[in-house]
Amino acid sequence: MLTKRIIPCLDVKDGRVVKGTKFLNLRDAGDPVQVASEYERQGADEVTFLDITASSDQRNIILEVVEKTATQCFMPLTVGGGVRNIQDIRNLLNAGADKIAINTAAVHEPEFVAAAVAKFGSSTIVVAVDAKRALEGWEVFIHGGRTPTGHDTIEWCERMSQMGAGEILLTSMDRDGTKEGYDLNLLKQVSARITCPLVASGGVGNLEHIYDGLTTGRADAALAASIFHFGEFTVAEVKRFLGEKGVAVRLPTARLVEPVKV
Amino acid sequence: MIAILDYEMGNLRSVSKSLEAVGGQCQITRDPAVVATAEKLVVPGVGAFRDCMGALKKFELLEPIRDFIASGRPYLGICLGMQILMETSEEGGSHEGLGIFPGKVVRFDPALKLKVPHMGWNDIEAKTKNKIFQGLPEKSFVYFVHSYYIAPKKKGLTAATTHYGVEFTSVLAKDNVYAVQFHPEKSQQVGLKLLQNFVELK
Repeated sequence: MLTKRIIPCLDVKDGRVVKGTKFLNLRDAGDPVQVASEYERQGADEVTFLDITASSDQRNIILEVVEKTATQCFMPLTVGGGVRNIQDIRNLLNAGADKIAINTAAVHEPEFVAAAVAKFGSSTIVVAVDAKRALEGWEVFIHGGRTPTGHDTIEWCERMSQMGAGEILLTSMDRDGTKEGYDLNLLKQVSARITCPLVASGGVGNLEHIYDGLTTGRADAALAASIFHFGEFTVAEVKRFLGEKGVAVRLPTARLVEPVKV
Repeated sequence: MIAILDYEMGNLRSVSKSLEAVGGQCQITRDPAVVATAEKLVVPGVGAFRDCMGALKKFELLEPIRDFIASGRPYLGICLGMQILMETSEEGGSHEGLGIFPGKVVRFDPALKLKVPHMGWNDIEAKTKNKIFQGLPEKSFVYFVHSYYIAPKKKGLTAATTHYGVEFTSVLAKDNVYAVQFHPEKSQQVGLKLLQNFVELK
């Protein structure tokens, strides 16, 4: 049975995790490679890096981070932030990313999504959508949530799904950072309209929120940042909770292999 | 030495890193001479079936793969590296594969109203005893991401199945040929164990 995925998300700026990672108690608390490895150990199903580096000449740093992570972690790695063209995608894939999230560039040029899908396959292309409540429905925002686009979120997600996106990563801007839980109404409506998997993002403050997103919200995967970074819960705790409530999850496996250092 | 076939379709680095992590010695190559002398061959692949076959043709790798399989040395196909073993694929029309085994590659039926791609961790159910499953827990979860799957015509080819709307062949094993629809290189401990079993095949 296909299980629901739990995906810790790391915002990476200039090569460092910026939402803090107190629980690791590392002096260099913001090393994304170490944090990703820790989440893998806890049983994360994937890890997502969102590169929020502002200046474009610093953008090679994320490639190094991806490269190092891919050497150590044997799980899917999604990378997004500032992906503008086919070459950006190719560079990230060559560095070891498995899925690439496109956000602003999809709005500027929707055909870019179709071109990326044709080139790299649906399974590689994620469309990330930042949604904010409007008078009616939800509006899509870009540029890290600074610029409204006039697109209705539900219609936009449906269009991206039709274009061949392999997954929609949907963030509620109203809930992001609030710890009030996912916007279930938004998730439910989008999930009903798309044919690809839906990843819920924005607002997780406790375990019930994740359960709600995967059941009432009908999301296929739950993405969260701060509850993991600040050590409130481990991925394993989330999964045990979900499992006890009857959600199909992959519980952490016993060690079968001791990988040799390469 | 394990040859990992490089035909510009997919992430070879993660495949080679994971094989190395379980003691494999790898060489990423598209040189038919290297394939001809390799002890084992791994064919990964991400993308569209037609592009995959097109690239293999362009780099003149179709015959070297056929010869390798015929030689009896261990072959591991991952994702598209599995699908190309069939006669045809219905992805984007009808396209010819290597035809090592009778059967075709089909899409998850839209009438099933499934989310496609089949993306995430699903379990594999062993149908036969096989060295490749040695040491794996009974309910082993592995990472899938695909919209098409193989439908072999012969029964004896399926070593494990997975349920997603339908029950499909997720592991094929026939003599020296192994093929998996999922990504062992992304399947943490279970994937590494399976790769280790392949590395240790004689």
